[in-house]
Formats: sequence, C-alpha cells, structure tokens
Amino acid sequence: MRTRLSRKLTLNILALGVFAFSVFPVYWMVLTAFKPTKEIQAETPSFFPTHVTFTHFSTAVNADGFWIFWRNSGLVAISAVLMSLLVACLAAYAVGRMKWKGRQAFILMVFIAQMTPWEALLIPMYVIARDTDMLDKLPMLTLIYFMMTLPFTIVTLRGFLNGIPVELEEAAQVDGCNQFQAFRRVVFPLLAPGLLSTSLFGFITAWNEFAFANLLIIKNQDQRTLPVWLSSFSNTFGTDWGATMAAATLFMLPVLLIFLVLQGRVTTGVAAGAVKG
Amino acid sequence: MAVAEAETTTAAPAPGTGTPVPARRGRPLWARVLPYLLVAPTVVGTAYLLVYPLVRNLLISVQKFGIAQLIRGGAEFVGIDNYRTILTDNKFWGVVGRTFVFTAINVGLIMVLATLVALLIGALGKWMRFAVMGGLVVAWAIPVIAATTVFQWLFQSQLGVVNWVLVALGFEQYDGKAWFADGNSTFAIVVLLIVWQSVPFAALTLYAAMTTVPKELSESAQIDGAGSVKTFALITFPILRPMFGLILCLEVIWVFKCFVQIWAISQGGPGDATLTLPVYAYQIAQSLNRYDLGAAISMVTVLILAVVLLAYFRQMFKEEGEL
Repeated sequence: MRTRLSRKLTLNILALGVFAFSVFPVYWMVLTAFKPTKEIQAETPSFFPTHVTFTHFSTAVNADGFWIFWRNSGLVAISAVLMSLLVACLAAYAVGRMKWKGRQAFILMVFIAQMTPWEALLIPMYVIARDTDMLDKLPMLTLIYFMMTLPFTIVTLRGFLNGIPVELEEAAQVDGCNQFQAFRRVVFPLLAPGLLSTSLFGFITAWNEFAFANLLIIKNQDQRTLPVWLSSFSNTFGTDWGATMAAATLFMLPVLLIFLVLQGRVTTGVAAGAVKG
Repeated sequence: MAVAEAETTTAAPAPGTGTPVPARRGRPLWARVLPYLLVAPTVVGTAYLLVYPLVRNLLISVQKFGIAQLIRGGAEFVGIDNYRTILTDNKFWGVVGRTFVFTAINVGLIMVLATLVALLIGALGKWMRFAVMGGLVVAWAIPVIAATTVFQWLFQSQLGVVNWVLVALGFEQYDGKAWFADGNSTFAIVVLLIVWQSVPFAALTLYAAMTTVPKELSESAQIDGAGSVKTFALITFPILRPMFGLILCLEVIWVFKCFVQIWAISQGGPGDATLTLPVYAYQIAQSLNRYDLGAAISMVTVLILAVVLLAYFRQMFKEEGEL
C-alpha cells in the first residue's frame, strides 16, 4: 500500500516537473511583458505578477512599422493558405474521386514534396527571385508559402474526402445534380471542418516562417514580416526586454488561439509533419 | 499522419475507395481530361517552385557562380570543381561531423524524453494528465522565432533568470555568465531549445499511439510479474515499433536540416561552435557570395537527407499498405 502511494506521489511530482519545464519559458515571456521595467531590472527577479503594466505592449505596438509588419505577415499567410486550399481541393477531388492514369505517381509526388528540405533551397530561391525581379516582394514569399503548405493540405483533404461516403454524391447525382453541384452541395459542407483545420495549420506555417522572409526581403524594409522584425529585436528595442517580450507575446497570440481552437485535432493533424515550429 | 491515414483508409467502406467512377471507354473527352486539369495547378506549382529550384541548385553547384554572375549572368560550367573544393576542405568535414553529432544528441534526447513523458502521461490521473498535455501544447505552440527570443532573455548574462537561479542554488561561478560568448554553452542552449520544442510533438504522438495498445496485454504481463520497464520493453515497444521508427525518422530529418534556431541565436558562432551543414551553406553563400559552394553544400545535405527519407517512406508505406 505504501509503495503504491509513494509511486503515485513520485509520478505526480515528475508530472509537475514536466509541466513547469514546458510552460516556464512561455510563462516568463508573458510575465516579463507585463512587468514594470524596474522589476525586470531588479537584483532579485519576482516570479509572480505583482504590478501589471501595459507600457511594454504600447512600446511594441508603437515601434516603427509594427502594424505594417503585422499586416504583411497576415496578408502573406492568408493569401498563401487560400491559394493552397483552392488548388488542393481540386487535386484532392481528382485523387479521391476519380480514376486516372498517373494517379499513384501523383500521390507519390505529393508525399515527397511534403518532405522537401526547404532549408536547402534557400540559395536557388534567392537567385531565381533575383532573376525574375521578385526580390523584396511579398508575392514571392506568398508563392513559397503556398508551395510549403500545399502538399500537406492535399494529403489531409484527401484523408477527409476518403471519410465521406461516395454514395452521398451518387444519390445527389441520381436526384439530378451534376458532378460539380454534387460536390458543392453535398461534399463541400461535410468537408468544411477539414478545410478549416487544414487551413489553420497552413496559416501557422506561413505565419512562423523566418528563413525565406529573412533572405528575400532585404532592401525594402516595408515588406518585412513579423518573424524577421522580431529576430532583430535588439535593433528595435536595444536592451528593453519588456518590450521585446511584449512583441514576442503579440506574435505568439494568433498561433496560441489556433492551437486552442484545434485542441484534440492537433496531434493527428500535425503528425503529418507539415507543421513544425 | 500515419495514424490518421490508416484510420481513414481502413474506416472507409471497402466498395468505391479510390475507384468510385469506373473508367469507361465511352466517356466523353472532357471527363477523361478532367482529372488532369484538376491536378494541373498542383503539378505546375510543384514544377516551378520545387523541382526548378532543386534543378537550379544542382546547376549552380556545377558553375562558377559568384556576385558577378549573380548580377550579370553568364555563369560558366566548371564541372565538379566546387564539390572538389568543399570535399577537400577540412572545415567542411568538421561541419559534417558536427552536424551528425548535433543530430545524434538532439534526436537521442528527444526520443528518450518523449518516450518517458508519454509513459508518464499514461500513468497519470485525469487532471494531472490534462495539465501536462496542456503544458506540452503551449511549448509546442510557441513560434520558433518567439522561442529563440525568449531563450536569449532567459540566458541573458546580467538580468537572465537562469543565471539568477544558478547563483541562488550556490553556483557562484554563474554570476553574470555570458552564455552566448562561449561555443559549448551556445551549443548546449541550442540543443536545449530544440529538444524543448520537439518533445511535445513526439510525446503526444507516442502517447496517442500507446492508448491503442490493448490494456489486457500489459495487465496480463503485470499479473505474470513483469515490472513497468519490462512491460514496456516486451509489450508496448514491440507493438509500437513502426510508430517509433516513423517519429525517429521525422526527428532526424527535422534536426539535421534545422536552420532557423541556430541562425537566430548564433548564426553558426561563436567561432564555428554551432555551424551545421544548412547554416554553413547559407553563410558561405550570403557572406562570401560564393553561391556555387553554398549550392554544392546544399546538394550534399539533400543527398544525406534523401537516405533518411527513403527509410521514412519505406516505413510509412509498410504502415499504410497502399497509397
């Protein structure tokens, strides 16, 4: 009896340790963002909020170009996701509902594309962007993010589509719908939850992307996105850690909201390997 | 993914999976062309934004391609000269070795910790399990760049909380320690950051997989006198071996090609302490304008990754049975 109790106690202490270890950096970020500067610079740091201030948030929000970068990030992420949703819907339908020569090869291509080591394509992308006069332009980033999210979107949409019985469409077609109407009226509404979660994952990928944004937007600072701006925080804020952490918190906010919305679907969805930090 | 896929393919009713509309000779032309039209945007996008850059990379790696060629064009073909240059360079081999060590340390830590955490979650009561999983999701959700910024703050030399805690615990030598000025400590922080960010995905996926192992199996093993370690080694691990294989492959790929964390924290420095292959390729292209050498290094990276990818795909298709 006693060993069982002590086992339970050990397990719970370990669990608390894991919890503290995973949450602490995020907790510290948010805490610092709300702390008065005097407390941030104190000899002995306080681990719990005593005085809450919003000065750091207003410093971050009023920093040069903050809203422009926020808008750029949102614009690029949303247009990339919409593009890849549209293109992936078409492809997933062809793969899931039609029989054609080359279907297997196409699926294999998508699977391989999903594992592309994008980090190894930085240099040719830079050269191509330069050749085609697309340097310093958001559309170039949009195209790259579109391609980054496309394979994952096709694979998950195909999964969702396979879960919808074909008989539903066939019944609609018997009732006089053509193939397109059957898709729009019957399949699409059933597919909507899948479309939503897939697009949110795509959004996170595009929102977080740093390497290409850092490489392809150089001269035209107005076209920068949030991750690049945040990574150069010392240029913007110097040693103002409160404002830096406030900026990081604001940057994380949409992603955290999305994770909360998706909750349980996170594990299965991301296991595909498309969304990684 | 493998889980979701396996579920959807097996759960869908057998008739009609994949072949709902039988191909008939007499179908009108547009119906036969339609699927190709539907996948055309994907194929065109992949060709231009993925295949072409890869081919271009290969091309640059066999040309003399510096700043002059970037601006004026007209790069000349030099064969395998660039590869010869990097393969005979000691620094390159140092980077290759470091990349492998870096990958091994990270992946080893991730797999061990993730397995332990997954087992722990399974053994907890409802509320504690909820708390731990919630904590993992929070660590997982933070964007990489936000995380790198936070870690720089945690390990800041004067005001950083890590130094304060270490000093409070009696390690006086950490008073004002400049972590990012030293190669080994920067390396350690990058490892810590990557492990911290990667464990949640691996642990949650493993935990989800573990819940599919029938309870009766482990219970009967325990009745036969097996402890938790033995139960894991004899029951859970053998059953979930394919899942462990998949996650291992994914983590190896992710860590090996990891760029952002290293670049944002140290840009490969101090010295060359955190210089891995992807960072080296980028650095040599951007700071020395040797795009040709950078491209050659990228090609080597892609080749090494392709080997791991092959293992990953074999495992995945074995799991799924069919495409």
